[in-house]
Amino acid sequence: MNTYHATITITLRKGILDVQGKTVEHALQATDFPMISHLRIGKYVELSIEAADVQSAKALVESACSKLIANPIMEDFSVEIHELHAENA
Amino acid sequence: MNYGVVQFPGSNCDHDALFASALSTGSQSQLLWHKDTSIPAGIDCIIVPGGFSYGDYLRCGAIARFSPIMREVVTFANRGGLVMGICNGFQILTEAGLLPGVLLRNSSLNFVCKDVYLSVVNTSTPFTSTLTPQSVIRIPVAHGEGNYYATDDTIQELESNNRVIFRYSDPEGRVTEASNPNGSINNIAGIINARGNVLGMMPHPERYSDALLGCNDGHAIFESLELFTSSKSATVDLTTH
Repeated sequence: MNTYHATITITLRKGILDVQGKTVEHALQATDFPMISHLRIGKYVELSIEAADVQSAKALVESACSKLIANPIMEDFSVEIHELHAENA
Repeated sequence: MNYGVVQFPGSNCDHDALFASALSTGSQSQLLWHKDTSIPAGIDCIIVPGGFSYGDYLRCGAIARFSPIMREVVTFANRGGLVMGICNGFQILTEAGLLPGVLLRNSSLNFVCKDVYLSVVNTSTPFTSTLTPQSVIRIPVAHGEGNYYATDDTIQELESNNRVIFRYSDPEGRVTEASNPNGSINNIAGIINARGNVLGMMPHPERYSDALLGCNDGHAIFESLELFTSSKSATVDLTTH
Protein backbone atom coordinates (compact mmCIF):
# COMPACT_ATOMS: atom_id res chain seq x y z
CA MET A 1 0.00 0.00 0.00
CA ASN A 2 1.10 3.55 -0.66
CA THR A 3 0.39 6.68 1.25
CA TYR A 4 -1.08 9.53 -0.74
CA HIS A 5 -1.83 13.11 0.10
CA ALA A 6 -5.17 14.41 -1.11
CA THR A 7 -6.29 18.00 -1.42
CA ILE A 8 -9.97 18.73 -1.84
CA THR A 9 -11.52 22.00 -2.96
CA ILE A 10 -15.22 22.51 -2.28
CA THR A 11 -17.32 25.33 -3.69
CA LEU A 12 -21.00 26.04 -3.91
CA ARG A 13 -22.45 24.56 -7.08
CA LYS A 14 -22.64 26.79 -10.09
CA GLY A 15 -26.09 28.30 -10.16
CA ILE A 16 -26.30 28.71 -6.40
CA LEU A 17 -25.77 32.31 -5.42
CA ASP A 18 -22.63 32.55 -3.27
CA VAL A 19 -23.64 35.53 -1.17
CA GLN A 20 -20.39 35.51 0.77
CA GLY A 21 -18.36 35.51 -2.46
CA LYS A 22 -20.53 38.28 -3.91
CA THR A 23 -20.07 40.44 -0.83
CA VAL A 24 -16.28 40.08 -0.94
CA GLU A 25 -16.28 40.70 -4.69
CA HIS A 26 -18.28 43.90 -4.28
CA ALA A 27 -15.97 45.09 -1.51
CA LEU A 28 -12.94 44.51 -3.71
CA GLN A 29 -14.54 46.19 -6.71
CA ALA A 30 -15.41 49.19 -4.55
CA THR A 31 -11.77 49.64 -3.54
CA ASP A 32 -8.76 49.13 -5.81
CA PHE A 33 -9.85 46.05 -7.72
CA PRO A 34 -12.61 46.81 -10.24
CA MET A 35 -10.96 44.24 -12.52
CA ILE A 36 -11.92 41.34 -10.23
CA SER A 37 -15.08 39.34 -10.86
CA HIS A 38 -16.65 35.90 -10.43
CA LEU A 39 -15.27 35.53 -6.92
CA ARG A 40 -16.46 32.41 -5.13
CA ILE A 41 -15.57 31.25 -1.64
CA GLY A 42 -15.21 27.59 -0.76
CA LYS A 43 -13.53 25.17 1.59
CA TYR A 44 -10.19 23.43 1.48
CA VAL A 45 -9.61 19.98 2.99
CA GLU A 46 -6.42 17.94 2.98
CA LEU A 47 -5.87 14.40 4.18
CA SER A 48 -3.62 11.37 3.93
CA ILE A 49 -4.88 8.08 2.58
CA GLU A 50 -3.52 4.55 2.19
CA ALA A 51 -4.34 2.98 -1.13
CA ALA A 52 -2.95 0.60 -3.71
CA ASP A 53 -2.52 3.23 -6.40
CA VAL A 54 -3.44 6.76 -7.40
CA GLN A 55 -6.67 5.69 -9.07
CA SER A 56 -8.02 3.87 -6.05
CA ALA A 57 -6.89 6.68 -3.74
CA LYS A 58 -8.84 9.14 -5.85
CA ALA A 59 -11.89 6.89 -5.96
CA LEU A 60 -11.85 6.50 -2.17
CA VAL A 61 -11.50 10.24 -1.55
CA GLU A 62 -14.28 11.01 -4.01
CA SER A 63 -16.47 8.50 -2.22
CA ALA A 64 -15.69 10.18 1.13
CA CYS A 65 -16.53 13.53 -0.43
CA SER A 66 -19.90 12.29 -1.68
CA LYS A 67 -20.73 10.70 1.66
CA LEU A 68 -19.66 13.41 4.10
CA ILE A 69 -17.03 15.95 3.11
CA ALA A 70 -19.27 17.69 0.56
CA ASN A 71 -23.02 17.81 0.05
CA PRO A 72 -23.60 17.17 -3.66
CA ILE A 73 -26.97 18.95 -3.52
CA MET A 74 -25.25 22.26 -2.97
CA GLU A 75 -21.52 21.75 -3.45
CA ASP A 76 -19.05 20.78 -6.16
CA PHE A 77 -15.71 19.30 -5.19
CA SER A 78 -12.44 18.56 -6.93
CA VAL A 79 -9.79 16.14 -5.70
CA GLU A 80 -6.05 16.15 -6.35
CA ILE A 81 -3.89 13.22 -5.30
CA HIS A 82 -0.15 13.46 -4.62
CA GLU A 83 2.02 10.48 -3.75
CA LEU A 84 3.83 10.88 -0.42
CA HIS A 85 5.99 7.74 -0.31
CA ALA A 86 5.69 4.17 -1.45
CA GLU A 87 6.00 1.15 0.81
CA ASN A 88 6.52 -2.42 -0.37
CA ALA A 89 6.93 -1.03 -3.82
CA MET B 1 -48.43 10.72 23.91
CA ASN B 2 -44.74 9.95 24.32
CA TYR B 3 -42.08 12.19 22.84
CA GLY B 4 -38.36 11.55 22.56
CA VAL B 5 -36.03 14.51 22.17
CA VAL B 6 -32.62 13.73 20.69
CA GLN B 7 -29.67 15.32 22.47
CA PHE B 8 -26.44 15.86 20.52
CA PRO B 9 -23.32 17.59 21.73
CA GLY B 10 -24.16 21.20 20.90
CA SER B 11 -27.95 20.88 21.01
CA ASN B 12 -29.32 23.91 22.84
CA CYS B 13 -33.08 23.69 22.29
CA ASP B 14 -33.37 20.16 23.67
CA HIS B 15 -34.74 21.23 27.05
CA ASP B 16 -37.16 23.73 25.49
CA ALA B 17 -38.47 20.93 23.26
CA LEU B 18 -38.65 18.61 26.28
CA PHE B 19 -40.67 21.23 28.20
CA ALA B 20 -42.97 22.20 25.34
CA SER B 21 -43.78 18.64 24.31
CA ALA B 22 -44.76 17.63 27.84
CA LEU B 23 -47.13 20.57 28.47
CA SER B 24 -50.36 18.83 27.52
CA THR B 25 -52.06 16.62 30.06
CA GLY B 26 -51.16 13.04 29.29
CA SER B 27 -48.02 13.90 27.33
CA GLN B 28 -44.60 12.82 28.44
CA SER B 29 -41.22 13.56 27.01
CA GLN B 30 -37.77 12.10 27.48
CA LEU B 31 -34.28 12.83 26.23
CA LEU B 32 -32.59 10.42 23.83
CA TRP B 33 -28.78 10.50 23.96
CA HIS B 34 -26.95 10.74 20.63
CA LYS B 35 -24.96 7.59 21.39
CA ASP B 36 -28.06 5.50 22.05
CA THR B 37 -28.44 2.57 19.69
CA SER B 38 -32.15 2.02 20.25
CA ILE B 39 -35.30 4.03 20.74
CA PRO B 40 -37.36 3.15 23.84
CA ALA B 41 -40.58 1.28 23.15
CA GLY B 42 -43.70 3.40 23.15
CA ILE B 43 -42.22 6.59 21.67
CA ASP B 44 -44.78 8.19 19.33
CA CYS B 45 -42.81 11.16 18.08
CA ILE B 46 -39.12 12.01 17.94
CA ILE B 47 -38.05 15.64 18.01
CA VAL B 48 -34.64 16.51 16.56
CA PRO B 49 -34.10 19.85 18.28
CA GLY B 50 -32.27 23.04 17.42
CA GLY B 51 -28.77 24.04 18.33
CA PHE B 52 -25.30 23.66 16.87
CA SER B 53 -24.79 19.91 16.86
CA TYR B 54 -21.09 19.05 16.68
CA GLY B 55 -20.33 22.76 16.46
CA ASP B 56 -21.87 22.93 12.98
CA TYR B 57 -18.47 21.65 11.81
CA LEU B 58 -18.13 21.03 8.07
CA ARG B 59 -21.82 21.82 7.40
CA CYS B 60 -24.81 22.20 9.70
CA GLY B 61 -26.10 18.73 10.55
CA ALA B 62 -23.45 16.89 8.54
CA ILE B 63 -21.78 15.16 11.50
CA ALA B 64 -24.92 14.62 13.60
CA ARG B 65 -26.34 12.60 10.76
CA PHE B 66 -23.77 9.89 11.52
CA SER B 67 -24.61 9.66 15.25
CA PRO B 68 -25.71 6.18 16.37
CA ILE B 69 -29.15 7.52 17.33
CA MET B 70 -29.73 8.87 13.81
CA ARG B 71 -29.60 5.37 12.37
CA GLU B 72 -32.46 4.53 14.73
CA VAL B 73 -34.33 7.73 13.88
CA VAL B 74 -34.15 6.87 10.17
CA THR B 75 -35.45 3.35 10.87
CA PHE B 76 -38.20 4.81 13.08
CA ALA B 77 -39.23 7.23 10.32
CA ASN B 78 -39.14 4.55 7.64
CA ARG B 79 -41.56 2.51 9.76
CA GLY B 80 -43.96 5.45 9.81
CA GLY B 81 -42.99 6.97 13.17
CA LEU B 82 -43.48 10.71 13.57
CA VAL B 83 -40.30 12.81 13.39
CA MET B 84 -40.05 16.58 13.70
CA GLY B 85 -36.81 18.45 13.01
CA ILE B 86 -36.63 22.02 14.24
CA CYS B 87 -33.94 24.43 13.00
CA ASN B 88 -30.67 22.48 13.33
CA GLY B 89 -32.93 19.41 13.51
CA PHE B 90 -34.31 20.31 10.06
CA GLN B 91 -30.73 20.65 8.77
CA ILE B 92 -29.88 17.23 10.23
CA LEU B 93 -32.93 15.60 8.59
CA THR B 94 -31.91 16.96 5.17
CA GLU B 95 -28.35 15.71 5.64
CA ALA B 96 -29.75 12.33 6.70
CA GLY B 97 -31.84 12.16 3.54
CA LEU B 98 -35.17 12.06 5.40
CA LEU B 99 -36.13 15.36 3.80
CA PRO B 100 -35.04 16.78 0.42
CA GLY B 101 -32.96 19.89 -0.18
CA VAL B 102 -30.50 21.78 1.98
CA LEU B 103 -30.38 24.87 4.16
CA LEU B 104 -27.89 27.40 2.80
CA ARG B 105 -26.36 30.42 4.47
CA ASN B 106 -28.96 33.17 4.94
CA SER B 107 -28.98 35.47 1.92
CA SER B 108 -28.27 38.42 4.22
CA LEU B 109 -25.23 36.60 5.67
CA ASN B 110 -26.58 37.58 9.09
CA PHE B 111 -27.73 35.34 11.89
CA VAL B 112 -31.44 36.15 12.10
CA CYS B 113 -33.08 36.02 15.54
CA LYS B 114 -36.61 37.43 15.61
CA ASP B 115 -40.30 36.59 15.48
CA VAL B 116 -41.63 35.74 12.04
CA TYR B 117 -45.12 35.07 10.72
CA LEU B 118 -45.90 31.78 9.07
CA SER B 119 -48.71 31.17 6.65
CA VAL B 120 -50.06 27.69 7.33
CA VAL B 121 -50.25 26.05 3.92
CA ASN B 122 -51.27 22.45 4.60
CA THR B 123 -53.31 21.34 7.61
CA SER B 124 -53.84 17.75 6.41
CA THR B 125 -50.81 16.50 8.33
CA PRO B 126 -50.32 14.98 11.78
CA PHE B 127 -48.36 18.14 12.70
CA THR B 128 -50.86 20.81 11.67
CA SER B 129 -54.37 19.36 11.88
CA THR B 130 -55.51 21.69 14.68
CA LEU B 131 -54.43 24.77 12.73
CA THR B 132 -56.73 26.60 10.32
CA PRO B 133 -55.74 26.52 6.64
CA GLN B 134 -54.20 29.82 5.48
CA SER B 135 -54.08 31.05 9.08
CA VAL B 136 -51.03 32.91 10.31
CA ILE B 137 -48.98 31.97 13.35
CA ARG B 138 -46.17 33.88 15.02
CA ILE B 139 -43.06 31.81 15.76
CA PRO B 140 -39.44 32.83 16.44
CA VAL B 141 -36.52 32.00 14.16
CA ALA B 142 -32.87 31.95 15.20
CA HIS B 143 -30.50 30.73 12.53
CA GLY B 144 -27.63 31.60 10.23
CA GLU B 145 -28.30 28.84 7.70
CA GLY B 146 -32.02 28.69 7.02
CA ASN B 147 -32.12 29.51 3.34
CA TYR B 148 -34.01 26.54 1.94
CA TYR B 149 -32.68 25.38 -1.41
CA ALA B 150 -33.49 22.40 -3.60
CA THR B 151 -33.32 21.63 -7.30
CA ASP B 152 -36.13 22.90 -9.52
CA ASP B 153 -37.51 19.36 -9.82
CA THR B 154 -37.61 18.93 -6.06
CA ILE B 155 -39.29 22.30 -5.52
CA GLN B 156 -41.89 21.42 -8.13
CA GLU B 157 -42.49 18.06 -6.48
CA LEU B 158 -42.90 19.70 -3.06
CA GLU B 159 -45.26 22.36 -4.38
CA SER B 160 -47.41 20.10 -6.52
CA ASN B 161 -47.84 17.55 -3.72
CA ASN B 162 -48.74 20.12 -1.07
CA ARG B 163 -45.60 19.30 0.90
CA VAL B 164 -44.75 22.87 1.77
CA ILE B 165 -46.33 23.19 5.20
CA PHE B 166 -45.32 26.72 6.28
CA ARG B 167 -44.28 29.83 4.35
CA TYR B 168 -42.81 33.03 5.74
CA SER B 169 -45.44 35.71 5.37
CA ASP B 170 -46.49 39.08 6.73
CA PRO B 171 -49.01 39.22 9.61
CA GLU B 172 -51.86 39.16 7.08
CA GLY B 173 -50.57 36.01 5.44
CA ARG B 174 -49.17 37.66 2.33
CA VAL B 175 -46.10 35.79 1.16
CA THR B 176 -43.72 38.60 0.27
CA GLU B 177 -40.01 39.02 -0.26
CA ALA B 178 -39.89 41.41 2.69
CA SER B 179 -41.28 38.71 4.99
CA ASN B 180 -38.65 36.18 3.94
CA PRO B 181 -35.94 36.25 6.65
CA ASN B 182 -33.33 34.13 4.91
CA GLY B 183 -33.84 33.95 1.15
CA SER B 184 -35.60 30.56 1.08
CA ILE B 185 -37.04 29.56 -2.28
CA ASN B 186 -40.80 30.32 -2.37
CA ASN B 187 -40.55 31.55 1.26
CA ILE B 188 -40.42 27.93 2.40
CA ALA B 189 -40.22 27.66 6.20
CA GLY B 190 -41.25 24.03 6.66
CA ILE B 191 -41.73 20.93 4.53
CA ILE B 192 -42.91 17.36 5.00
CA ASN B 193 -41.74 14.09 3.44
CA ALA B 194 -43.81 12.23 0.85
CA ARG B 195 -45.22 9.81 3.40
CA GLY B 196 -46.30 12.66 5.66
CA ASN B 197 -44.60 11.57 8.88
CA VAL B 198 -41.41 13.66 8.86
CA LEU B 199 -41.62 17.44 9.23
CA GLY B 200 -38.74 19.88 9.08
CA MET B 201 -39.07 23.57 9.92
CA MET B 202 -36.62 26.37 10.66
CA PRO B 203 -38.84 28.35 13.10
CA HIS B 204 -39.05 27.23 16.72
CA PRO B 205 -42.60 26.27 17.82
CA GLU B 206 -41.26 25.01 21.15
CA ARG B 207 -40.22 28.55 22.08
CA TYR B 208 -43.81 29.80 21.75
CA SER B 209 -45.68 26.96 23.35
CA ASP B 210 -46.74 28.49 26.66
CA ALA B 211 -48.84 31.65 27.06
CA LEU B 212 -46.48 32.74 29.84
CA LEU B 213 -43.88 33.29 27.12
CA GLY B 214 -46.09 35.91 25.50
CA CYS B 215 -47.30 33.69 22.67
CA ASN B 216 -48.31 30.07 22.42
CA ASP B 217 -48.94 29.74 18.69
CA GLY B 218 -46.46 26.86 18.56
CA HIS B 219 -48.50 24.72 20.94
CA ALA B 220 -50.95 23.86 18.15
CA ILE B 221 -48.28 21.69 16.54
CA PHE B 222 -47.96 19.59 19.68
CA GLU B 223 -51.76 19.48 20.04
CA SER B 224 -52.02 18.25 16.46
CA LEU B 225 -49.52 15.48 17.14
CA GLU B 226 -51.41 14.47 20.27
CA LEU B 227 -54.75 14.47 18.45
CA PHE B 228 -53.28 12.36 15.68
CA THR B 229 -51.70 9.88 18.06
CA SER B 230 -54.83 9.51 20.21
CA SER B 231 -57.11 8.99 17.24
CA LYS B 232 -54.97 6.66 15.16
CA SER B 233 -52.07 4.35 15.56
CA ALA B 234 -48.72 6.04 16.10
CA THR B 235 -47.65 5.34 12.56
CA VAL B 236 -48.75 7.25 9.53
CA ASP B 237 -49.13 6.59 5.89
CA LEU B 238 -50.39 9.60 4.02
CA THR B 239 -49.42 8.38 0.58
CA THR B 240 -53.09 8.15 -0.32
CA HIS B 241 -53.72 11.82 0.52
